[in-house]
Amino acid sequence: MSETDKPSRRAFLKGAAVAGTGAAFGGPVLAAGEGDPLITEVQPWASGLGAGVDATPYGLPIQFESDVVRRNVPWLTADPISSINFTPIHALDGTITPQGAAFERHHSGAIELRKEDYRLMVNGMVGTPLVFTYADLERFPRESHVYFCECAANTGMEWAGAQLNGAQFTHGMIHNMEYVGVPLRTLLEEAGYDTNAKWVYVEGADASSNGRSIPMDKALDDVLVAFKANGEALRMEHGYPVRLVVPGWEGNMWVKWLRRIEVTDAPMESREETSKYTDTLADGTSRKWTWVMDAKSVVTSPSPQSPIAHGPGPLVITGLAWSGRGAITRVDVTTDGGKTWQAARLAAPGASKALTRFYLDTDWDGQEMLLQSRAMDETGYVQPTKAQLRAVRGENSVYHNNCIQTWWIKPNGEAENVEIS
Amino acid sequence: SALAGPFGLGRPATEAEIEAWDVSVHPDGSGLPEGSGDVMTGEEVFSERCAVCHGEFAEGVGNWPKLAGGDGTLADKDPVKTVGSYWPYLSTTWDYVHRSMPFGAAQTLTPDEVYAIVAYILYSNDLVDDDFVLTRDDFLSVEMPNAGGFIVDDRDAMEVPMFTYEPCMTDCKPEVEITMRAAVLDVTPEDAAEEA
Repeated sequence: MSETDKPSRRAFLKGAAVAGTGAAFGGPVLAAGEGDPLITEVQPWASGLGAGVDATPYGLPIQFESDVVRRNVPWLTADPISSINFTPIHALDGTITPQGAAFERHHSGAIELRKEDYRLMVNGMVGTPLVFTYADLERFPRESHVYFCECAANTGMEWAGAQLNGAQFTHGMIHNMEYVGVPLRTLLEEAGYDTNAKWVYVEGADASSNGRSIPMDKALDDVLVAFKANGEALRMEHGYPVRLVVPGWEGNMWVKWLRRIEVTDAPMESREETSKYTDTLADGTSRKWTWVMDAKSVVTSPSPQSPIAHGPGPLVITGLAWSGRGAITRVDVTTDGGKTWQAARLAAPGASKALTRFYLDTDWDGQEMLLQSRAMDETGYVQPTKAQLRAVRGENSVYHNNCIQTWWIKPNGEAENVEIS
Repeated sequence: SALAGPFGLGRPATEAEIEAWDVSVHPDGSGLPEGSGDVMTGEEVFSERCAVCHGEFAEGVGNWPKLAGGDGTLADKDPVKTVGSYWPYLSTTWDYVHRSMPFGAAQTLTPDEVYAIVAYILYSNDLVDDDFVLTRDDFLSVEMPNAGGFIVDDRDAMEVPMFTYEPCMTDCKPEVEITMRAAVLDVTPEDAAEEA
């Protein structure tokens, strides 16, 4: 660590001695006439030199943010190749997910596929089966949209109770990016799709293939064949060089490393839409083709990984809301476990099938809180409680848990994932 | 370009290319290649290529998927969902094994080996006898127990009306009690810094 990386040791010791623990960012309490040494003493960064412009051609976050990273939960899966990790949503703000910390879900690992080696085939019920190179795709007219990608299993571990202690783990199988790509419709038209065809089957270039069937109506509506996210090429782990973007629908259908689109008259009923991504109800029957992700929200701070460190007084309660059925129109927040609610402030008007940031600016009295958020979308759908969902589905759906989340905020500012009556 | 599309981009796919990549098998069996395999051959291939993860009897090793068993458990507290107890179509088993298994060495099984493995998985689920031979032509003769166990997403009818209302804002409930705590389970990974 260089000298410019930290305040002077003397300043640190003074601050710690005066303020004690738990006030790391609050600064020292000063007697009249004294001054904060971070102000009254010249600090190294105000005297020496910082890094040159040639030091970092492509930068990573500053070291002090090293906790804002993807995390995995080893016991969830048999191995880390067909597995999941989680976006650190407890530490982010706004709506755009930094790609480097955006969650991953692979079924046979993140593959390395060069643009030069990339091929996309459109076959089946088409006039001319076609092969595109990556360069071909960049010559079609493009569109750009912001959408959330939420794993169907997000919050799935919470069906039977409160399990994982943090918004990252309970709600972090999600990211939200600005995509650029070619409408799937354009490629289907290029191949001359049969207008009697009812489905497309899409699959990836990886060993798992992740094949899924998509009804033609959706394929022609808003599905994108995307090659840029948040301004730059897709990350390897997010499908470089080309992935499918399926707005509002479960993340499994966002096929990465997309290699083939087959126009068909019937669904394929592949492994990923029979064995997996089907939702078993209490009576043992299972829903299939549960594509859309319903309205959902979560308070990201305060939360178990983002406790209140500053004591009573002004407190920003913030979180995310989203719906696969359209735009978020309202988010309500309760601090007393749902006895009373107040409307939160949306940072920007809700955008269709994209994350929406909300804030509730409060004055915390230092007492315990039972904190919840409740999203509403433009269709009038209100995010349900877990009890409401269980009443319809039981506890073995695995997927599509969009229930209201409760954080128990304790007088010391710590937070815990709980269920309440 | 000679192509029909408005932009004239891309080029026609050749038959060999389509054959190489379009290996999907539909529920009606279309897409299956010529071939056959019996249970006994399947047992050998399974033992060599699959059993290290899925067990000698397809019962699963450790956290790896169970392919057999669980019959009649779908409404239980902890259902066991396998090819026999859950999967609706045999086509999916053939397609998935052929395309994506063994894990780490996918697309290395011949069609006959896949027919044999699928026959063995059926046998492991007590769905066929030990002299069973699976071929392309009799593929649909095997009855999958949970073929009728799936309904198309009915949330629009079952849930959307129930969850569309003007929500309560004040005096919504008299009492609130904590009924479950994640800290009691204690299965969350420690902080990244503490792990390091």
